[in-house]
Amino acid sequence: MDFIKDTLADQFWFSIILSLAIFGGIMTAVAYCILLERKVSAWIQDRYGPNRVGPKGLLQPLADGVKLLFKEDIVPGHIEKTLFILAPFISFVVALIGFAVIPWGGAFRWPWMAEDAAPLYCQVATIDIGLLYILAVASLGVYGVVLGGWASNNKYAFYGGIRAAAQMLSYEIPLAMMVLVGILTTRSLRLEEMVTAQLGVDSAAPMAALFGLNGFAWTLFYHPLAAVILFITALAEANRAPFDLAECEQELIGGFHTEYSGMKWALFFLGEYAHMITSSAFMIAIFFGGYCVPGWTWLNTSDSVLAMLLRGGVFSFKILLFIMAYMVVRWTLPRFRFDQLMQLAWKSLVPIGGALVLLQVWILYKDLPQWVSIVGNVTILAVVALIGVVVQKPITGRQRSLIKKERIVRMREALVQRG
Amino acid sequence: MVNETTQSAAGRAWTETDVVYVDQPELTMSERLYLPQVFGGMKTTLRHMFKMRLRKEKVVQYPEQKRQLRKEIYRGVHRLNRDDQGRVACVACFMCETACPAHCIHIEGVESPWPDREKYPIKFDIDELRCIYCGMCEEACPVDAIELTPEYHLVGSSRDEMIFDKEKLLMVYDRTKDEKPRKNPMITGY
Repeated sequence: MDFIKDTLADQFWFSIILSLAIFGGIMTAVAYCILLERKVSAWIQDRYGPNRVGPKGLLQPLADGVKLLFKEDIVPGHIEKTLFILAPFISFVVALIGFAVIPWGGAFRWPWMAEDAAPLYCQVATIDIGLLYILAVASLGVYGVVLGGWASNNKYAFYGGIRAAAQMLSYEIPLAMMVLVGILTTRSLRLEEMVTAQLGVDSAAPMAALFGLNGFAWTLFYHPLAAVILFITALAEANRAPFDLAECEQELIGGFHTEYSGMKWALFFLGEYAHMITSSAFMIAIFFGGYCVPGWTWLNTSDSVLAMLLRGGVFSFKILLFIMAYMVVRWTLPRFRFDQLMQLAWKSLVPIGGALVLLQVWILYKDLPQWVSIVGNVTILAVVALIGVVVQKPITGRQRSLIKKERIVRMREALVQRG
Repeated sequence: MVNETTQSAAGRAWTETDVVYVDQPELTMSERLYLPQVFGGMKTTLRHMFKMRLRKEKVVQYPEQKRQLRKEIYRGVHRLNRDDQGRVACVACFMCETACPAHCIHIEGVESPWPDREKYPIKFDIDELRCIYCGMCEEACPVDAIELTPEYHLVGSSRDEMIFDKEKLLMVYDRTKDEKPRKNPMITGY
């Protein structure tokens, strides 16, 4: 009995147990994400969605899994075999290992531990470079897509892979900038410290809590613009609509996974949904207060096991909200054209992101109070709008395809043809 | 350059008044910023997402609920009509086979044992998988012997099973004659 207690009280063994638990939890969550996606798309289109397998269709993921397992696994003859088989595993594994540094429940102590013992962290790895680790791992995810597209030896798959590579490179930059803003605001690279910085009641904390509520000093309130840009880039990084140019069924059949079938295809999809969960988890940790519930001091700071479990629940609930947002966005917006995608990244997100980073650096350098960043954000938004008025060109969206002269000539030709 | 009058290829002169200037509407501020429009779109989709009423009214839960069909004009499985003596009404004139654009009707006609017609079909096969349900056979038939019925749940486990022969087509008639009575049989008399 003592052995079990000691093992559980040791961070190393606790991390191993936790990682197994998280792996199981995430796999289930990913399977149900796919059901949720189908349900949400159905609701938005005034349908019911899958409702035949089990009560209200809740066993649908099981049926899907069984179907995919027993499907014929086609390996075409014209492919690079090693890379073809490796690619789905890369995209899946890379999406999963990002969970290692997500702070699910913060610090806690078992009831049998001494009051002054070092607390355990409900987190697989508490490392100094938590955020850099997530960034690095998230960028590796594109290898699966690119290799899959390359190894398929098929022009549609190849286009998909190339597009994914270009898109990832472009969107990594504003993503990194926004993460940098988060780092500079919370003044830490450790995800668990970034979350505790957002409690905001401590006088030493960089950010003051709104209305004096414990756990309401979310980075979101100090950098709303940065949070929006982070969400956009996270969509692009996860290859989700409206940034799903790498798969885009209408133009490229299936893009990088055109040649895949059966379980390999399923791994790509599990990877995509796992990536969605990771990216929303780390957005929540940096910008949306992690597991903090505004005004509930006991939950936010207590080191009891119950509080830890509740914090994990709060974190998961926030992730669920983000996933829903991802899905509603997917079924609302049409896909970008490729040039619009690039314009959005390079002509608007990167400059705005640079301005935000400079703003936060300036605040730190001059040792100004953090609320200055709210003013700065509003100013940057106003400047962007003003530039839009002066330039008279959309940041993205519709474009003039023809200049006026050309239009008239076209009209003439049309009239001539009509006679 | 717009003022000059030019002779078009079709020989018709056109003037400036013929030209219609179509400009794309100017983008408003919110359209240029893009994000407000995104939220506008999400408002619409979320409204549909939480509106149960439309879903309940419109969705047909198929095996339990059936669609309401307009039975007189719906084009489903074929049938071969019987005349008032219970004989097959077809006179094996091959009009439907000729009219069929999918070539899915195959008829073999022989000398009729009855005095009121010259021929009748001993074989009448329709490949329901080839059929495109255009209804041209029905239009071509001079005696209104072949008709399309409102039956649409057509299933089979093999291709052979989906080739309907004369007996099967007559069975379809027996099954559907109450639902959709035979079209003006009095005119032809068959």
